[in-house]
Amino acid sequence: MHPVTTAHYLVLSAALLAVGTIGVLARRNIVIILMSIELMLNAVNINLVAFSRHFHQVNGQIFAVFVITVAVAEAAVGLGILIALFRNKATVEADEIEILKW
Amino acid sequence: MWLDTFFFYFFALLTLAGGILTITRHSAVHSAICLIISLIGVAGLFLLQQAEFLFAVQIVLYVGGIMVLFLFVIMLVNLDQAARTRQFNRQWWVALAAVAAVGGEMLFFIRKGVQLASPGPLPPAGLGNTERLADALFSEYLLPFEVTSVLLLAAVIGSVIMAKRRIS
Repeated sequence: MHPVTTAHYLVLSAALLAVGTIGVLARRNIVIILMSIELMLNAVNINLVAFSRHFHQVNGQIFAVFVITVAVAEAAVGLGILIALFRNKATVEADEIEILKW
Repeated sequence: MWLDTFFFYFFALLTLAGGILTITRHSAVHSAICLIISLIGVAGLFLLQQAEFLFAVQIVLYVGGIMVLFLFVIMLVNLDQAARTRQFNRQWWVALAAVAAVGGEMLFFIRKGVQLASPGPLPPAGLGNTERLADALFSEYLLPFEVTSVLLLAAVIGSVIMAKRRIS
């Protein structure tokens, strides 16, 4: 078996980012769209930690800590918006929420 | 060495399979559980890369915090009707094509470029991962760290106001 290099982690991260992007673009359920955003942020974190290991520096991991913090804030606000939306419109389908469409 | 390789492929499989199941399940609860599996895989990858602090943060914050928040919202919001309708919107093939194009581009540049970047000098011995992280976080990155607390405060107040029944 080949030893695992940084490129392995980058390929995995790109694949996970692609999966998350498909989820954001193609799913209709808003809860699952928010989960896909979490997947994309995790892909970014894998990338940051892989480069942090590659260059033997700790800066990438600090950026990953900040990304995790922003992900927490994003999830809290996003789910709050979702609850408010469900109370007003009684739907969680992203393509049925068309108040701003012209 | 082969143990490292084995665990890398194991956690990579966990991560990718969990991610793919997350975006294909009908029921939102199944999706959340598959997402937990994926996040645990990512935590294992952090551990493989000797980022022990991030491993703990990933388990405590993502699996323990964010996913419980998701499950609470799934409980509050009625998703039974949404699980029975179409799961993907009409433009899903456009999304698939665009993502395939961007993914192919990324793979091309990863293949082309990663040999050029040489690894940096080795870190000073004797300091653990968490100590080095804390040193950098409280000296070089002190201002962003403090600004983060303002962001979290704004997020907490914002989500409470959003989810309140009536703003008086």
